[in-house]
Amino acid sequence: MHKLQDLKERAKAALSKFAPFGPDVDLEIFKKEADETKTYKDLDQFGEDEVKHILMAGIDPSEQGRSGTYFQKDTGVIKCNVKQEGIEVIPIKEALEKYDWIYDYYWKVVSVDADKYTAAAELELQNGYVIRALKGAKSIYPVQACLYIGTDMLQQNVHNIIIAEEDSELHIVTGCTTSPHVKRGAHIGISEFFIKKNAKLSFTMIHNWAEEMYVRPRSAAIVEENGLFLNNYICMKPVKSLQMYPTVHLTGEGAVARLYSIVVGSPGSEFDLGGRVYLKAPKSRAEVVARTISNGGNIIARGHLIGAVPEIKAHLECKGLILKGGMIRAIPELEGHVDGVEMSHEAAVGKIAQEEILYLMSRGLSEDEATSTIVRGFLSIDMPDLPPQLKAEVDKAIEASDKDVM
Amino acid sequence: MLHIEDLKVELGGKVILEHIDLDIHPGETHVLFGPNGSGKTSLLMTIMGYPQYEVKWGKIYFKGIDITQLPVNERANLGIGMSYQRPPTIHGLKTRQMVMLCARGRSVDPEKLAGEVNFVDFLERDINVGFSGGEIKRSELLQLMAQDPDLMLFDEPESGVDLENISLVGKSIAQLLERDGYRDRDPSKSRYEQKKARTKMGLIITHTGYILDYVNADKGQVLYQGRLSCVTNPREILDCISKSGYEECVRCISCKI
Repeated sequence: MHKLQDLKERAKAALSKFAPFGPDVDLEIFKKEADETKTYKDLDQFGEDEVKHILMAGIDPSEQGRSGTYFQKDTGVIKCNVKQEGIEVIPIKEALEKYDWIYDYYWKVVSVDADKYTAAAELELQNGYVIRALKGAKSIYPVQACLYIGTDMLQQNVHNIIIAEEDSELHIVTGCTTSPHVKRGAHIGISEFFIKKNAKLSFTMIHNWAEEMYVRPRSAAIVEENGLFLNNYICMKPVKSLQMYPTVHLTGEGAVARLYSIVVGSPGSEFDLGGRVYLKAPKSRAEVVARTISNGGNIIARGHLIGAVPEIKAHLECKGLILKGGMIRAIPELEGHVDGVEMSHEAAVGKIAQEEILYLMSRGLSEDEATSTIVRGFLSIDMPDLPPQLKAEVDKAIEASDKDVM
Repeated sequence: MLHIEDLKVELGGKVILEHIDLDIHPGETHVLFGPNGSGKTSLLMTIMGYPQYEVKWGKIYFKGIDITQLPVNERANLGIGMSYQRPPTIHGLKTRQMVMLCARGRSVDPEKLAGEVNFVDFLERDINVGFSGGEIKRSELLQLMAQDPDLMLFDEPESGVDLENISLVGKSIAQLLERDGYRDRDPSKSRYEQKKARTKMGLIITHTGYILDYVNADKGQVLYQGRLSCVTNPREILDCISKSGYEECVRCISCKI
């Protein structure tokens, strides 16, 4: 177990290490323990307004059309079950105690000493999930995972590990949300993804935070030969500060990564997000697409493609619309290291074209209807390989935010 | 009816239409000829209500209502619709959704309508994104079919359409304007009665006149340097233009003034 000791040491050394991006969050001010008076034993104990928030984050408490559920409220696990053979859902603390294999994955693609947030997640780990599709298993319905904060001023530290073994297919929707009574808090979420040979993983993350939330996800993935990693991120609701830069390593021939983000920045919200893909194997492909809208918030949309070997192909797209003030900064980066790489980017920050509004108005739509139709179109990215249940959740999240955007 | 009275229009501070008078009665279809840059599209855009086309003088009435200052959508809701030559693309908006939007809550069957203009395969495509000239025309017609306006403005509906689709486009326009050989109409009524019952109005811009092979228009006019010629038979105008060019029509406009 000296390896674990080593992790602790490295984490301690990084406890005050700033992240390269995003404003620093003073973690000292947050509570590390949940409010004990409000422990729930099952999903049916949530109040109506709380369920509304949970549904908005793509999580269905009735578990219909889901092949498994992980539900963590504050620091504790309320529900962890799985209905389909070949798929495992285990709280990470349990996995760390019971299974040796987990150490082949734990802190293997995200560095424990990357910054103070990864350090905090190691030193003050509350829980998190391990979701694994065994070799050849195909999830018929998505697995849902909810990280819920019900205690005001809580700092939630979770660590998730997602493994798609060879030839498997796994779909996950993860909703991060707060109780409507929570105003302020912090969420640190480590997510490590392992997509093995010929495996397919779709991971759809829907954020539905409170206005004073500080959010620091730290995600990274390894995709092996002919593996597919589809990562969707949707955040339509205000948040105080969110910074993340998920990184994907395409290490096997023919590996594919597609990272899509849809973000709306409301007044007072600050986003710094992006996607970074290292293309390290021939015939690997990557696509990073961001659609951002500011109606008063600040958004930095980054993207970074690194072509390390020939015969790779990658595209980066950052498109932003400024609707009601605010700031959008698109920072696309392309880095080719050898002959024979093919990488491109497309970045645009602008407004809705008057011509499009008038076109729709000439079909009878009012100016507001026309604007919201165009905005909805702008936000709707074609996400191939996403199962219909998840497509529906993405659409729902976009529809629900429509009123707020306008 | 559409009644335009002594209209003067400026675009970007430049006069582009002047002394325009035009009447289109219920059931009538007019054809508008004219060389490039003569102001044909500007006239349609002005009738539709595009704000960059500033009406400096004169009035536009539709169904007895002064619409000169009405916004585009209110004109649409009064029953004016337009088939564009180069409509903008709207990313993320499927053709199917567009059809439903045009229907404004009326029940329409997008598959059935799209079938009529051979466009079913495009229902799941983003509207106008990567459409060819002919595909744009069929998409525009599909939208008009869903919208079902009383006055339809067609901006060069045959341009860019291949031979295979020209008759499809022509027949669809005829059908929209209730000039499709009285198909699906009450057989107990005589042709004259049916013609009297026709209410749809059309204003069609054409360069080539090919559309006249399919749509039997009532009247034709030439727009030249921002002015309209006298009203006459569209075939006659076409003959005149093909024989002696627009010059002859200029003389016509001059004698009108």
